[in-house]
Amino acid sequence: MGRSSGILSFVDWLNQMIQRLHYIVLVLIVFASGCTRQDEKITTIKFWGMGNEGEMVQSLIKEFERRNPTIKVEVQQIPWTAAHEKLLTAFAGGSTPDVCQLGNTWLPEFTVLNSLEPLEPFVQQSALTDLKDIFPGVLKTNILDSVLFGIPWYVDTRLVYYRKDILKQAGYAEFPKTWKDVLKASKIIQQQAKAKNTVCYPFFLPTNEWVPAIVLGMQSGGNFLKDKDSQGNFKGKQFTSAFTLMSEIYRQEYSPSGMQLITNLYNSFSDGLIAMYITGPWNIGEFSRRIAPELQNEWMTAPMPSMDSLSPGVSLPLGTSLAIFRKSEHKGAAWKLIEFLTSVEQSIEFYKITGNLPPRRSAWQDSALASNIYIKAFYQQLQRVDPLPQVPEWEQIVIRLQTYVEYIATGTMTVDAALKQFDGEVDVMLEKRRWMVEKGMK
Amino acid sequence: MTSNARTATAWIFLSPAMAVIGIFFVIPVLAAFVLSFTDFDIYSLGNWNYIRFIGFQNYLRILDTPLFWKALKNTFYFVLIGGPLSVAVSLGTAMMLNSKLAKFKSLYRTIYFLPVVSSLIAVAIIWRYLYHPAHGLLNYVLSTVGISPVDWLGDPALAMPAIIIMAVWKNFGYNMLIFIAGLQNIPEDLYEAAHLDGASWSQQFKEITLPMLKPTTVFVVMITIIGYFQLFAEPYVMTQGGPLNSTTSIVLLMYEQGFRWWSMGYAAAIAFVLFIIILFFTLLQMLLQRSVK
Repeated sequence: MGRSSGILSFVDWLNQMIQRLHYIVLVLIVFASGCTRQDEKITTIKFWGMGNEGEMVQSLIKEFERRNPTIKVEVQQIPWTAAHEKLLTAFAGGSTPDVCQLGNTWLPEFTVLNSLEPLEPFVQQSALTDLKDIFPGVLKTNILDSVLFGIPWYVDTRLVYYRKDILKQAGYAEFPKTWKDVLKASKIIQQQAKAKNTVCYPFFLPTNEWVPAIVLGMQSGGNFLKDKDSQGNFKGKQFTSAFTLMSEIYRQEYSPSGMQLITNLYNSFSDGLIAMYITGPWNIGEFSRRIAPELQNEWMTAPMPSMDSLSPGVSLPLGTSLAIFRKSEHKGAAWKLIEFLTSVEQSIEFYKITGNLPPRRSAWQDSALASNIYIKAFYQQLQRVDPLPQVPEWEQIVIRLQTYVEYIATGTMTVDAALKQFDGEVDVMLEKRRWMVEKGMK
Repeated sequence: MTSNARTATAWIFLSPAMAVIGIFFVIPVLAAFVLSFTDFDIYSLGNWNYIRFIGFQNYLRILDTPLFWKALKNTFYFVLIGGPLSVAVSLGTAMMLNSKLAKFKSLYRTIYFLPVVSSLIAVAIIWRYLYHPAHGLLNYVLSTVGISPVDWLGDPALAMPAIIIMAVWKNFGYNMLIFIAGLQNIPEDLYEAAHLDGASWSQQFKEITLPMLKPTTVFVVMITIIGYFQLFAEPYVMTQGGPLNSTTSIVLLMYEQGFRWWSMGYAAAIAFVLFIIILFFTLLQMLLQRSVK
């Protein structure tokens, strides 16, 4: 024993270790090769979803991954309030996702940046996507300079929610089809309320919203911008008539001219403090939950009244689309996801879990939608929606417009003075665009 | 070692720090300065040919923007009310904690300092709950003494005061520590002598504490004011500048112009206008400090 055996046992041990090392290396090699083989097969795409949709889409994504085992989708949920900034910053930093949900009023900005992939080639080869089935007015918002950049995912438009009983009492068994009749009805409702010593603002037009002003402007045949969208046209005859109608509603006190009075929309509706209000599809759910139970049969939705005799009056095509970023390295897989999410089948599924309205007309035949009485008006309305000007400055313009709505509501400015000043501000915002148009860059 | 070699060594040791400062501070600031003379916007982001040098037009446009003046007014409101209030609260708590009567001093010091080290975003979100008109704790407390619910963040007249209260609560702990250090530097025998001479508490405060604290106070006031001029996260998280722009601060305006509308040139110009305002107050601080000495 002693020294030599000690050395021997050490050599033995070394041998053993080397053998074991072989195994370890072998295992590592097998493991590594397994990994690379998997990497080759599975494509991971990044999908940015906004707010509630970003969360609710997860269950659809599971189904997508089940049907497409080679594609893995990483969903990043982004709050709406930060989405716009985050997308622009991502573009500047070159870290845009593969697929993104974009508000369709944002598309102009991202096409100015040349950051979106044209989708026409994908659509042509798709068996699931049928552009003709999409509400035409909504589809138009996705086409810029005749190139298709987004596929509508869900649609949103604005129309009137009203109290059936109050309008009936005023002699309107059906909701008035023109603004003229809306004003007449408002007058009667107001007088009836006064006779009963109560207060009623028949038509609530919030002073912090731009939608009613823009809808009325569209209905007056207004082109909001002129000279290749490089100059404001708000002081033109058409928009003036829209603003005049609004100021009339405030002046006659058909609507309160501040925001303090209506602190809770649903209570005000239940109390009969307001009888009509322009809003969007998400309020179907809210009204069903929050209007007083005994009044649940007394509220309804109706398409926009119109300025002329055509019914319904034009409204806005809002909602969001799905788009592929040009930088994406997995455009094929990205398209597969878009194709899946915008299919009739999945948009009905999405409607069931979120209440978001499908852009495909054939989806509306489904019993889930057809059985909802409040949705019918949205279907009619979506047949008559016109796109907004497709300039990146648009959002800035309408947010500024809210301030002027407030000015005419409170009577701080006359309609003409307000629109003249607003046009001036719009011209400042569009200065760059004007320069580009003059230089022939646009 | 010759002095040349010593200088070289010093430069070598300084160079990593200098490089970091250069890359992350000096170059961006210079770039922003150049940017403020261009009309860099969303079109330029897509195509650099669309950048124009427009001289001082951004600066002129700022002076012509009503919202800028509103933001300036809001910022001064915050600085001139919030700043002194914050200093007063810090000094008050520092004196309480420095008092011989106080017990559990280090415990209270920690508690008062906690808001300073907690994340501003988290704190702002919690305060938004506290301020909630229907379910907020603050309104609940007020209701027990018969005050009807207040829409703290929804009322244009109250939103800024609400933000000031929150900001003071969040920041006073830091200044409090500096004041405690200052108070501890005041020799105890001064108070003893004054006490023997029959000076009242308020006389001691006026004749000993305040004069002896003057350098500390000048420092605290100026640091607070400079910090408060950069008000951003509180309104960004709690009100997004509303209602009716009553809480839009200069930095929030800059952020919105820069990152929401991507008018980078214009936003850079706002940044330099703010720089000039803060520079003015810093110079004022230096003057005051000199007069203290």
